[in-house]
Amino acid sequence: MSFDFPLLSLIIWLPIVFGIAVFATGNDRNAQLARWISLVGSILGLLVAIPLYTNFDSATGAMQFIESHVWFERFNVNYHLGVDGISMPLILLNCFITPLVIVAGWEVIKERISQYMGAFLIMSGIVNGVFASLDAILFYVFWEASLIPMFLIIGIWGGPNRVYAAVKFFLYTLLGSLLMLIAFIYLYLISGGSFSIEDYHKLSIPLTPQILIFVAFLLAFAVKVPMWPVHTWLPDAHVEAPTGGSVVLAAILLKLGGYGFLRFSLPITPDASHYLATMMIVLSLIAIVYIGLIALMQVDMKKLIAYSSVAHMGFVTLGFFLLNAYGIEGAMVQMISHGFISGAMFLCVGVLYDRLHSRQIADYGGVVNKMPIFAAFFMLFAMANAGLPGTSGFVGEFMVIMSAMKVNFWYAFLAATTLIFGAAYTLWMYKRVIFGAVASPAVEGLKDISKREFVLLAILAISVLWIGVYPYPLTEVMHTTVDQLLAHVSNSKL
Amino acid sequence: MNFIPPDFTPASSEIFMLIMVCVVMLADLTAGDNRRYVAYLLTQTTLLGCALLTFISFSTEITHTFNGMYVDDAMADILKLMVYGTVSAVLVYSHTYISDRGMLKGEFFSLILFATMGMMVMISASHFLTLYIGLELLSLSLYALVALRRESLVATEAAMKFFVLGALASGFLLYGMSMIYGATGTLHVSQLAQIIQSEASNKEVLVVGLVFIVAGISFKLSAAPFHMWAPDVYQGAPTAVTLFIGSAPKLAAFGFVMRLLVEGMGEMSADWQGMLVILAVMSMAIGNIAAIAQTNIKRMLAYSTISHMGFLLLGFISTDSNGYSSALFYVIAYVLMTLGTFAMVMLLCRSGFEAENINDFKGLSKRNSWYAFIALLLMLSLAGIPPMIGFYAKLSVLQAVVNAGYVWLAVVAVLFSLIGAFYYLRIIKLMYFDEPETDEPIKPNSDVKILLSANGLAVLAFGIFPQALMGLSLYAIQSSM
Repeated sequence: MSFDFPLLSLIIWLPIVFGIAVFATGNDRNAQLARWISLVGSILGLLVAIPLYTNFDSATGAMQFIESHVWFERFNVNYHLGVDGISMPLILLNCFITPLVIVAGWEVIKERISQYMGAFLIMSGIVNGVFASLDAILFYVFWEASLIPMFLIIGIWGGPNRVYAAVKFFLYTLLGSLLMLIAFIYLYLISGGSFSIEDYHKLSIPLTPQILIFVAFLLAFAVKVPMWPVHTWLPDAHVEAPTGGSVVLAAILLKLGGYGFLRFSLPITPDASHYLATMMIVLSLIAIVYIGLIALMQVDMKKLIAYSSVAHMGFVTLGFFLLNAYGIEGAMVQMISHGFISGAMFLCVGVLYDRLHSRQIADYGGVVNKMPIFAAFFMLFAMANAGLPGTSGFVGEFMVIMSAMKVNFWYAFLAATTLIFGAAYTLWMYKRVIFGAVASPAVEGLKDISKREFVLLAILAISVLWIGVYPYPLTEVMHTTVDQLLAHVSNSKL
Repeated sequence: MNFIPPDFTPASSEIFMLIMVCVVMLADLTAGDNRRYVAYLLTQTTLLGCALLTFISFSTEITHTFNGMYVDDAMADILKLMVYGTVSAVLVYSHTYISDRGMLKGEFFSLILFATMGMMVMISASHFLTLYIGLELLSLSLYALVALRRESLVATEAAMKFFVLGALASGFLLYGMSMIYGATGTLHVSQLAQIIQSEASNKEVLVVGLVFIVAGISFKLSAAPFHMWAPDVYQGAPTAVTLFIGSAPKLAAFGFVMRLLVEGMGEMSADWQGMLVILAVMSMAIGNIAAIAQTNIKRMLAYSTISHMGFLLLGFISTDSNGYSSALFYVIAYVLMTLGTFAMVMLLCRSGFEAENINDFKGLSKRNSWYAFIALLLMLSLAGIPPMIGFYAKLSVLQAVVNAGYVWLAVVAVLFSLIGAFYYLRIIKLMYFDEPETDEPIKPNSDVKILLSANGLAVLAFGIFPQALMGLSLYAIQSSM
């Protein structure tokens, strides 16, 4: 169907304009104003994204809501936007998470509020831009620009070791992206002067350049996902980031990497993807098994969830490179579900941290006695993190394991160990933090969650259960696109 | 024999400049108490007048005059207009700084104007002698400017180093030029190209001459391994002078390289291409790695300049108008960023206090969040992060490099710019993540306030809409080749 209104531009620029407005409120004297403007901006950002779902035509795998204008002629770069069944759910996820992050930082952030809120809004717009771009340079600009607000968020409002974490986050990601830029330039030249991603999909490329391009993309996306062995920035960044930063990092920014594989690696270099699929599967399995074991040993709650994120994202890359429909759809569901679950887990840790200013598991114990409502929510999310059937965590993992079974029994076997390890590290942490006798006078003094926190966690709980019980609305929109992608990938481009 | 007077119109702005320099000197001697102010205003008027003259006589085609020693084309006019703008901005930025330090003398203005004239001659020269005269006019004025604070030991030392090494570089250039004269029998840039093309000259002598010329150019551009003077001079010179040295002369140097290497010896591109690859890689390596170790902001920026010059040289490697226009775009972007960055350094200076250490940036966002934001834009742009203009400059140069078949070189370039990102991030870290060491308020004059804000925002705006400058660069190169 035709849709003439520049909806995607609105979805991208509305949060950015609001972000600038929030910056303009200046210093902390106008804190309350800054908070309300950002809340209004983020909710408006979610509302304008709803037509994206209701007007989406799930019968076609082609790009929809297309906008295209010349940006700069010198290199034939266009302001070219559009979404398909892969990017649309991710945009919705991002628009959904942003208001939650704003509310999560409502009282907790006491310094430089306008800058904090503004940075999140601007980042939300930038990330929408990444998902909606159909021009490689436009994509790259948004991709890199998303580093700037996150760098500042970690560095200004983060924990004690924040500078190290912020710089590591920035440089790691920049390393990957710069090589991707060279791949784009190379593609620009062999495509005869086009930066259009859809043109790249049609391009036939010999195997050796394909492998090199694949490796350049791999570095960019593997760092973002993050895959083993380039995951080491993630625990540092997560631990030092403020709660909102961790939520956005886990729920949104990691998805950029996964999205990149689907939009670039698989369709542009399908032969290299087939050629290197085994390597990618092995790397993913290492992430699932080995990182799962590492998570078991963590004493810091945020670090534990960070490692569990790496393991869960291992499922995403595993699903992609099994190269069948179940795998890719399962991986997509896993991405969305991980967005909810990891966001919720970090919010839960944030709730505890705001009260006790400690993330150490050992400092807690017996929290259920003082915070029963919180303990119930935390229970649900912990179960979802462990992949309990009925929660969204189960759907994606189950689909990926099924598809792995089709390819090779041992892949499925190793992937399925996560059901044990995931349950072990999540529930063991839950047990040590929540159950047992009240560990200290500090825990004795804990108050249960406020209305604000209740609303946040309840919204996420509903989402987790909804996708767990009825994932059809989600899989329906991506089905055609994934089929078309697979058909495309199975054709050699040599 | 009849004397036919040459056509003066292509050089009208230079002639106007020369007259006005004398006026500025005289005005400084004769005007009363506020003569410094008069000199300042006269200087700005001169630049404006030159800009008008250049703009009115904007040449869309190539015109030679003075027996082919002088050329006027679109590239020359565009570069000159940029030079006027840059010099004018330098004066606005440095006005408070130099008057606080008792350097607001007539010499300051006349030297700056002489240097500007040197740059104009360099840009428009099409004969080895005019090129050399322009270069020396620029260099000698710069030596004097660096030494303007006679009582300062560091400045005198820097001036001495600058002078000795600069003279050495000029010697290299002259020697190279004489070799080329020996091989071809001409000093005219346009004739040179024809003679080399006809292969009527001795190739060995030509190549030896070329080596000396490239070495001389590298000195002037501060490309490694001929970069030694830059950190010392940048550090030793008064910041206002460093700002001047670091900005406008790079535009002139670009013109110089275009006239000498591209127009004169374009036929030998296969020979100088290889030399430029080595120079570029060394500059990026030394510049970026050494900058990490610096604690002095001016030294750090000097090494950052070295690395940027390496990147700039990459643009010449593809030896086509695509590459040259990328290099031109890079120079323009670089000058825009440098202006803003040194203006930030001067902003942190007060009378009696020199902002020299990178720690002086500490906590800037708490002292003044607007200027911290401007500095953030500038640093991100220097690091080549989109959507700042620095990214598009790198993009266009990399595109030219890959186009020329040097994919490995592009990979090397981005790896070094990754290293480079670290020390720009460190400045951002100091500004945003650290506590201020002083709460001295930052109160610039309103002209600096407006210009600096515009400068910082231009870095962002030209990044979001890069077509204007990119198209201009392409036009400048294409219409003069």
